[in-house]
Amino acid sequence: MNIDLSRRGFLRLAGAGVAATSLGAMGFGSAEAAEAAQVRAYKLATTTETRNTCPYCSVACGIIMYSRGDVKAGETAELMHIEGDADHPTNRGTLCPKGAALKDFVHAPTRLTHPRIRRAGSDQFEEISWDEALDKIARELKDDRDANFIATNDEGTPVNRWTTAGFLAASATTNETAWLTYKTVRSMGIVGFDNQARV
Amino acid sequence: MTNPWTDIKNTDLVIVMGGNAAEAHPCGFKWVTEAKAHRGAKLVVVDPRYTRTASVADYYAPIRPGSDIAFLMGAIRWCMENDKVQWDYVRDYTNASFLVREDFGWQDGLFSGYDEEKRDFDKESWDYQIGDDGFALTDPTLENPRCVWQMLKKHVDVYTPEFVENITGTPRDKFLDICGMIGECSAVDKTMTSMYALGWTQHSKGAQNIRGMAMLQLILGNIGVRGGGMNALRGHSNIQGLTDIGLMSNLIPGYLNIPTESEVDWQTYLSTRSFTPLRPGQTSYWQNYPTFMVSFLKAMWGDAATEENDWAFDYLPKLDVPAYDILRMFELMNNDRVNLYFCQGFNPLLSIPNREKVTTGLSKLKMLVVMDPLSTETSHFWQNHGAHNDVDTASIQTEVLELPTTCFAEDEGALVNSGRWLQWHWPGATPPGEAKHDTWIMAQIWTRVRELYRTEGGAFPDPIVNLSWDYADPGEPHPSELAREMNGRALSDVTDPATGAVIVQAGQQVSGFGQLRGDGSTMAGCWIYAGSWTEEGNMMARRDNSDPDDVGMYLNWAFAWPANRRVLYNRASADLQGQPWDATRPLVQWDGERWGGYDVPDIAPTANPSEVGPFIMNQEGVSRLFTRGMMRDGPFPTHMEPFESPMANVFNPRMRGNPVARIFESDVARLGGSDEFPFVATSYRLTEHFHYWTKHNPVNAALQPEFFVEISEELAAERGITKGGRVRVWGARGQVWAKAVVTKRIKPMTCDGKTVHVVGIPLHWGFMGAAKKGWGPNSLTPFVGDANTDTPEFKAFLVNIEPAAEEPVA
Repeated sequence: MNIDLSRRGFLRLAGAGVAATSLGAMGFGSAEAAEAAQVRAYKLATTTETRNTCPYCSVACGIIMYSRGDVKAGETAELMHIEGDADHPTNRGTLCPKGAALKDFVHAPTRLTHPRIRRAGSDQFEEISWDEALDKIARELKDDRDANFIATNDEGTPVNRWTTAGFLAASATTNETAWLTYKTVRSMGIVGFDNQARV
Repeated sequence: MTNPWTDIKNTDLVIVMGGNAAEAHPCGFKWVTEAKAHRGAKLVVVDPRYTRTASVADYYAPIRPGSDIAFLMGAIRWCMENDKVQWDYVRDYTNASFLVREDFGWQDGLFSGYDEEKRDFDKESWDYQIGDDGFALTDPTLENPRCVWQMLKKHVDVYTPEFVENITGTPRDKFLDICGMIGECSAVDKTMTSMYALGWTQHSKGAQNIRGMAMLQLILGNIGVRGGGMNALRGHSNIQGLTDIGLMSNLIPGYLNIPTESEVDWQTYLSTRSFTPLRPGQTSYWQNYPTFMVSFLKAMWGDAATEENDWAFDYLPKLDVPAYDILRMFELMNNDRVNLYFCQGFNPLLSIPNREKVTTGLSKLKMLVVMDPLSTETSHFWQNHGAHNDVDTASIQTEVLELPTTCFAEDEGALVNSGRWLQWHWPGATPPGEAKHDTWIMAQIWTRVRELYRTEGGAFPDPIVNLSWDYADPGEPHPSELAREMNGRALSDVTDPATGAVIVQAGQQVSGFGQLRGDGSTMAGCWIYAGSWTEEGNMMARRDNSDPDDVGMYLNWAFAWPANRRVLYNRASADLQGQPWDATRPLVQWDGERWGGYDVPDIAPTANPSEVGPFIMNQEGVSRLFTRGMMRDGPFPTHMEPFESPMANVFNPRMRGNPVARIFESDVARLGGSDEFPFVATSYRLTEHFHYWTKHNPVNAALQPEFFVEISEELAAERGITKGGRVRVWGARGQVWAKAVVTKRIKPMTCDGKTVHVVGIPLHWGFMGAAKKGWGPNSLTPFVGDANTDTPEFKAFLVNIEPAAEEPVA
C-alpha cells in the first residue's frame, strides 16, 4: 500500500491528459473546442484531501475530506465533500446514513460561530467577545474556588477538593483535548467530573 | 472491545444482546455479514424488539427489558448440565478451582453481608480461602463443594428453562434452541462473539449483565481467541479515550484511582494496591501501580512532584463519597450546592434522566458554560419552547455562556475506537466564524485562572501554579505536545535493572510502559498509551493496512492500547503448552523459548506457558468466574428487577431494583408502579440519527423528521391507538406526545402469567436543530443508576399510553 499516493494529484494529471489528447486526436473544430472549454473540470480535482475519522459512533470509519483551500498551508479551507476511505481496514470505503451526510453536519445551520451570553433572567442571548467571556469565567472560577475550597476534613487530613463547581466532558473530543481538560480540572481540585461514558 | 471490529469475521456465532449493531454501528456490523458469508457463522439476536439486526439474524428471540441476567444464568446452567464446557480452559484459565470462604452464601436474592440500612454489602465473606503461604487454596479436581465451580453450579441451579421463561418472557423452546447454538462453541474449534452496547449498560445492574456474558464466554473458552471476546460496541467516537484518560470523578488516566479520604497519605494509598500474586509464579501486572502513579504525578506537576512530598500526592483531591458522578451533581444542584457548571460537548438536558430535575438543577446554578459546535438544548434550557420546554424564563437567574467550538473536520488529534485503536486525524476545514479548538478554550481559561492565583494568591494555589505547562504556546498547546506528554518520556536516563545499560536517554520518549519507573525518572500522562508517540514518531498516524494471512489484526495501522495489542488476553488463545487451541485460527504461540504470532502477545515474551497464567493483570493469573468483592452487588450475577418493573422480584418481593444501587431520597418518591403505569418502556437509537447531533443536519432531519414511539398491534388495539395517530406517553416523572408507530416488531410477552407490553422510545429529538420539535426518553426515565457505575436505568422503566388529540397546525 503506497500511503503517500495523492489521489488529487493523480486525478488532476489524468484530467489534463484526457483533455489534451482527445482534442488533438479527434480534430475538433473551433466550435467543439469552445464547447469543450465549457465542460466543468472534475469538481474534486482542485481540492485538498485530508484523512479523518467519523465523529459519530466508535466504529471510527476512515473518511477523506475534500476541501477548497489547504489548512496545512495556512489557507482558508472550505469543506466540499466527504467520502469513506477505501484504504481503511474497518469500513473499507463504506459509510452509513449518518456518515454519508457528514458534510452537512459540519455546515449545519445551527453551528455556533460567536461566543454568546444569556444574562440572568433574560430571554435572549447576546454576543460577547472571547476575551470578555474568558475573563468572566476565570474570575468566577477563582472566586468560587476561594470561597468553597475544602482543604482538610474534620480529622485534618488534606482533601483539597472543590465540590461547588463541576465539569462534564464530552465523548467525541480528541484524547489531546481530554488530557488538557483533565489537567486543568484536576489541578483546581474539581471532583464533580464526568463524561458521556456513563450515559 | 477485547477484539477489533475486523476480527469479527473470524467467528462462528455472533450473539447480539443489549445492542443493535446493524443500526447503531452499521459499518462495523459488516464484519458480522462477512463472517456469515465466508465462514458460515450464525447470528443470534435476543432483544425486546425485532430490530434491523434481528431482521438479518439466523435466530431471534424476544426478552423482557431488564431480565438479561436470568437468561444468561440460565444459559450457564444449561452449558454446565449438558457438558458444553471447554474443560481445559475452565480448569487452567479461570478461578473455577479456587476455594471460597465458608461464610459466603446467597439466599432470598441477596449475598451474605447485606445491610439494609446502608444499602450495601459487607463483602468480607466474598473471598477465597487463603492458605498459610498467603496463596489462595484450590482444588484442581473441581469437586470440593466450596470451589468456585461447584458454588457457581449451585448458584445457577434455580435458573431452569421454566424459570427463565417465566422471568424473561423468552419462550422456552427459543431459549433452548439458543442454548444449543451457544453450547456448540465450547468446542476448541468454535468461537462465539458477544456484541453489546447500552442495551446492557443502562440498567441498575448493567455491569452484572456484562459479567454474566463474560462468565459464559470463559466457560466456553472464548476469551482471548480470534472470533471471540466481549465486545462493547460503545456509543460515541471517543468515549473509550475519555474513559482511558479518566475524565470521571474517581479516575486517574490509565484506570488508576483518585484517593478517598480514608487513604490519608501516599503510603496508605499504596498499601491497598500492592496486588501481590494470589498463586505462585503469577505476573499480577498491577504490581506496577506505583510506577504508573508516580509517572502520572510527574506528568502533572513536574519538578514540584518530589520523593520528599510523596510526588505531590496531596495536590490530588480526595473523595468523601464513591464519586461525584453526573447524577450526584444534579442532585447537589437541586440542593443549591453547585454554583458553576461546564458542559463540554455534552447535552445533559436530553441525556440525564428525569428532565424536570435537570431543568430545576440548571436553574439553580450561578453560571453555566457550554462549549459545543452546535446550539444545544442545554444552552437554551432557560428558553421557553411551549410544551417542548415549558419554563418560566424570567425566573431563571442562571447566567449562560455559550462558546463555539470546532468539530472533527477542523481539529487534530486522536480518537480511540471501541477496539482500542488510537487513530490520528487531521483538520481539513477552517472553523466557522469565531469557533475555537477546545484545547485553546481550556488553555485560555486555565492560564487566566493561574494568573489570578499568581497575582492574588488564594485557596491552596500550589497545584495550579505548579501544574506542568511546558508548551511552545501556553495559550494553545499543540495536539502533538499533548500526545507526547501522555505517551511519556524519560526525565533522566532510564537503565535496564539487569545490565545497568541506558535504555532511554533523558528527554527521549519511552517506547512502552515497561520503560516507566517509579523513582521519578520518567513521566507519562496515561501509561496505557505508552508506545503511541515514540522516538520513531506518531504511531497513531500509521496507515499501513497490510494484514499478513488475513487474520484481521492490522498491526501497523494506527496504535492499539496496550502495547499495540489487538486482542486482549490473547495468551489464552493457546493451551498450556502454548499451542493454539484451534490450529486453523492461531493468534500467538510459544516456540519453546519465546512467544510470537500475529498479535503482540499478552504475556511476558519469555514466560513459560505451563507456569505463568494467561490473565496477567489479575492477582490469580487466571480469569474470574467469581469476582470476590470487586463488584458492589455480588461476586456472581443474580436476577434483579428494574426499579420500575411490572413484577416483583421472585426471590424476594421486598427487594426493589438493585438492593445496593444508590438512589436519592427525593427520587424514591418519584418512582412509579405498574398499577398506574402498566407498560415497560425502553429507549433506543435509529440508524439515521446520532443521538442529538444529527437533528441539526437537514439531511438526517429529513430522513427521520419526527419523534415517535413504537408499540405492538395488540397494545394499539387495547388502547384504541391508530397507526400514525398521536399519543400521550406518561410516567411518574413526566409526559411526552408522539406519533404512534404500530408494528409487528414488538410483541406482547408473558411473564409470571401476566401480559407485558413494551413501548419503544427512540432518542433523537429535542427543541433545537432542523427536525420537528419533540422529546427524548429522559423526560420519563428514573433518576437511578447502576450500582457499580451509576449509568442511568434508561432501558427499563414504566409508562402509560393513551391516544391524544392531534397537534394543532401552526
